[in-house]
Amino acid sequence: MTAARAAAILLAKELRLEFRTRELLNATIVFALVVIVLFSFSFDPTAAESRRYGPGLLWIAFLFAGSLMLHPSFAREQSNQTLDALRMAPVSPFAILLGKMLANFVFLSLAEVVLVPVFAVLYNVSIAGVIGRLIVVLMLGTLGVVITGTVFSAVSAHARMRELLLPLLLLPILAPLLIAAVEATASLFAEQPSLDRTWLAFLAGFDIVFLTASWLLCDFLLEE
Amino acid sequence: MHEAPSLGISFDRVEKRFGPFVALRGVSLEILPGEFVALLGPNGAGKTTLLRIAALLMTPTSGTVSFTSASERARHAVPQPVPDGDLPKHLIGMVAHSTLLYDELTAAENLTLFAQLYGLDDIRVRVANALQACGLASRAASLVRTFSRGMRQRLAIARALLHGPRLLLLDEPAAGLDRQGLAWLGETLARLRSGGATVVMSTHARNESLDLATRAVSLSGGRVEHDSGPGGDPRPLLAALRAEA
Repeated sequence: MTAARAAAILLAKELRLEFRTRELLNATIVFALVVIVLFSFSFDPTAAESRRYGPGLLWIAFLFAGSLMLHPSFAREQSNQTLDALRMAPVSPFAILLGKMLANFVFLSLAEVVLVPVFAVLYNVSIAGVIGRLIVVLMLGTLGVVITGTVFSAVSAHARMRELLLPLLLLPILAPLLIAAVEATASLFAEQPSLDRTWLAFLAGFDIVFLTASWLLCDFLLEE
Repeated sequence: MHEAPSLGISFDRVEKRFGPFVALRGVSLEILPGEFVALLGPNGAGKTTLLRIAALLMTPTSGTVSFTSASERARHAVPQPVPDGDLPKHLIGMVAHSTLLYDELTAAENLTLFAQLYGLDDIRVRVANALQACGLASRAASLVRTFSRGMRQRLAIARALLHGPRLLLLDEPAAGLDRQGLAWLGETLARLRSGGATVVMSTHARNESLDLATRAVSLSGGRVEHDSGPGGDPRPLLAALRAEA
């Protein structure tokens, strides 16, 4: 069986589990909303202020939401050792990772669909004219978060302090991605919006490098 | 339909360490295709670790594990080694301590998921037959989290058998089963044995399925303590277990 086919089967399983329980999505969206609302109280969100600080606040909210959402990705396979059942199946370990990454991408994207309009209203940011370009930046940035986050969720799943370990491992690694995503988003929120292709290329490069690394290391990532 | 070959497994001086704790200490054991091996020993003897290594879930700290195959028609012929790069995952099934099932999926969804991952055909029919066989057809659409311990165990066994494994690894499979469940387990294992599948079943307690064993191996402290050997008489070891119980 191809890795793509196995990943599609596992993606369908992840979506079914999540939409049945809604544990991850509800908690993540509420948490990120609280972060965005609380930040809006901390300064006067005029259009100029929002252009300055808004992109950073938005991506920090996404990173926090991502680290909250990604932790259970592998940890919840442990209650009945279902990861063992997946590892025993004749599918490549990368297919297991890829299925999780795709599912996490869907979940975090859904959270962003809720969060971005709320952010635009609370921070007086007009996104109507740049929505297409903003989606490209969000997709590339989100992809980077879920690729690295899923890998570190697998790494930390067997650790004793896993709840703490994932953000400790993940957030420093995501610092370059955060900078690039914030800069690319800031260029779209400027008075004369334009898409900064340098940062966009950086985001795409980050995604490719970490996806390739996870493909190369997948055998070790899922091992006990 | 073409029958997949039976699969044997060979452990050569296998050692497994977890930090300072040594779970297996140089275990050498050759299990031939078609054997039904009762793996005996007290808690902590190393039975589960040995089974997890056989299931390719763990790699030994040192020593080697290799597989041998023999076609059904030539069960007693010399087994052929399976090439190192050709891991026979699709021929191995395992019932573990945990159920390996998703609590938030239904019984049918769980079996369908694994049937898809093993690339099986006629999935709907296979899943329906498996649920019928384990007595859970009427609960096919129920979430696994609503099942009793015994029902989960029956479904776990059905999941392990779904793809027709030729090497079945059972870690305390009778746990949680009632009298009816034990009878079903015994019938299922008898059918597998007559079909030429290799079965390795660990237990530290007496159960009826042990009477099917063609060989008994007892572990203690991570070492093979006694082995009735291929073609040997497992009854003295099994009788000792019965006496302990």
